[in-house]
Amino acid sequence: MTRTPTTSETTPATFEQDAARGVLTCAGTWTIDGIAVLEPTLSKLAVPKQSHWQLDGSGLAMLDTAGAWLLHRTCERLRQSGATVELRGLRAEHAALLALIDAQDNVTVRIAPRASLLERIGRGSVSGVLQIIAFLAFVGESVTALFYSVRHPRRIRGREILRNLQLAGFDALPIAGLLSFLMGVVIAYQGATQLARYGANIFIADLVGLSILRELAPLMTAIIIAGRSGSAYAAQIGTMMVTEEVDALRTIGIAPMDLLVLPKLLALMLALPLLTVYSDIMGVFGGMVIAKTQLGVGFNDFLERFADAVSLSSYLVGIGKAPVFAALIALVGCFQGFQVGGSADSVGRQTTLSVVQGIFLVIVADAAFSVAFSKLGL
Amino acid sequence: MSMADDTVIEIRDLVTRFGDAVIHNGVNLSVRRGEILALAGGSGCGKTTLLREIIQLQRPASGQIRVLGQDVLDLSEAKAQALRRRTGVMFQHGALFSALTVAENVGAPLREYTRLSDTLIDEIAALKIALVGLPSESGAKYPSEISGGMRKRAALARAIALDPELIFLDEPTSGLDPQSADGIDDLVLRLKELLGLTIIVVTHDLDTLWRGVDRVAVLGEGKVIGLGSMAELSSDAHPAVREYFQGPRGRAARAQA
Repeated sequence: MTRTPTTSETTPATFEQDAARGVLTCAGTWTIDGIAVLEPTLSKLAVPKQSHWQLDGSGLAMLDTAGAWLLHRTCERLRQSGATVELRGLRAEHAALLALIDAQDNVTVRIAPRASLLERIGRGSVSGVLQIIAFLAFVGESVTALFYSVRHPRRIRGREILRNLQLAGFDALPIAGLLSFLMGVVIAYQGATQLARYGANIFIADLVGLSILRELAPLMTAIIIAGRSGSAYAAQIGTMMVTEEVDALRTIGIAPMDLLVLPKLLALMLALPLLTVYSDIMGVFGGMVIAKTQLGVGFNDFLERFADAVSLSSYLVGIGKAPVFAALIALVGCFQGFQVGGSADSVGRQTTLSVVQGIFLVIVADAAFSVAFSKLGL
Repeated sequence: MSMADDTVIEIRDLVTRFGDAVIHNGVNLSVRRGEILALAGGSGCGKTTLLREIIQLQRPASGQIRVLGQDVLDLSEAKAQALRRRTGVMFQHGALFSALTVAENVGAPLREYTRLSDTLIDEIAALKIALVGLPSESGAKYPSEISGGMRKRAALARAIALDPELIFLDEPTSGLDPQSADGIDDLVLRLKELLGLTIIVVTHDLDTLWRGVDRVAVLGEGKVIGLGSMAELSSDAHPAVREYFQGPRGRAARAQA
């Protein structure tokens, strides 16, 4: 730490007691830098019981509010022990400062109350339940607004939807494509050694095709989008809450639902299935590259087998899940944005929550789909 | 140090540009120790920019700024830090840290710069909170839980936490009711007298200008177009300065003063 060169280096703050004469002497630099050396001794100062003390401040070189406070506190403690304290020798400006400090009769240290463990568990549980209810209410509100928009198509903000399509869909193409391609590579690699052992090289098409189309492409794409767009929605709406832009929209008569939520919801429900198709292609392509290099299965053989092995329903099952994932991600992102209250800290917290909850809900929904499809025999 | 001892800030030939827009075109100004100097002028004349350049948040295109004897445009990090230690800033909207309580906000500079015990720091923070006229209960509250006027007071308490020699106030009374604004004015005056502070205040508030300020520097056309006490400036020859002080609001503030 760098300190400004003050006179504290030359004349340190001192405090001496002369019990015989009943005189306390303080001298030197009683400033915020100077009193650090003095504070420990003054905090546990033991003075002999005496009815009257004289406090001599004629040697004070400098006094600031921190030093004055320490002096004031010391005098107060002496007075509480039953003594009278008389100040003398103070310079006029030091006396004035001390008088200002003495005049503050409401100096009380207040610390924000800390809740007990039980209280925190209780508060946590209640707020969790309230969050769920609030989220359901938000979903209901969104659906109502959606139906209203369908009946009044002029309220649909086409430009806003297109912009969101670009941001959440088109701009995500590189990252979604790259990750899906690598996913296909990984799956094919893992399968290649096993299949080669049984001489079942051609079945690489079944393995890659089914796993990518049914499960991995929709799930991976949804997770990427939850991290990319869900967080962006929460942060954008959250910051608008902090700067009162959302309130401004309301007063102008623009429903925040119409401008901020529906375009995102509709755009993402359109973009995510399209992204999933793209991921399907890139993932299968990744698998094909490995099939050719590791198993000697050429592109033509692979695609011929692919057409036999992978039914149309597998493809549709994968694509069909995407709009549901998209709705979950967009709704959670926007909902957490609106939950922001007042501070920069809160924006960060809700943004994190939007991603965590978005991914969580996507995986839960995927599990539910798997159960439902297996019951239906798809 | 070449600077005379009673000059705490000296600005020479300052030029600031944002892209093509020239904000300052040769600003010259010096601030004396122990005075309250106001920076006034119409919106967009670069008052706040000038303030930000003095407190090292922004760099001008060219020119010289000396604060407390140091050239702020050519400082080592250690020296810059030492200079920050001697100045306090109150931002226009308070800029309190939202994750900390008011008392923690006021105590933050103390914890960062001093070796005092936590107990004493808490007490000094409580003292500053009392000094700026906030009730002691507000110390335990978060900035989002108190009103705008209280937030300004809390910001002032944080600015004076380290007993700085120099205090910068950006629009200290804007957005306050007249009583709170008067309260802030009184407080600043009292602190200046008791602690020997030098205060630079950016303000539009003509009442503040008439009541507490020693000198006013009026910015316009990229320069200081008027400098002096309020009485001097009111009869200034420069048309822009006259216009600024002799509008209906200016006359009303003067009549009250």
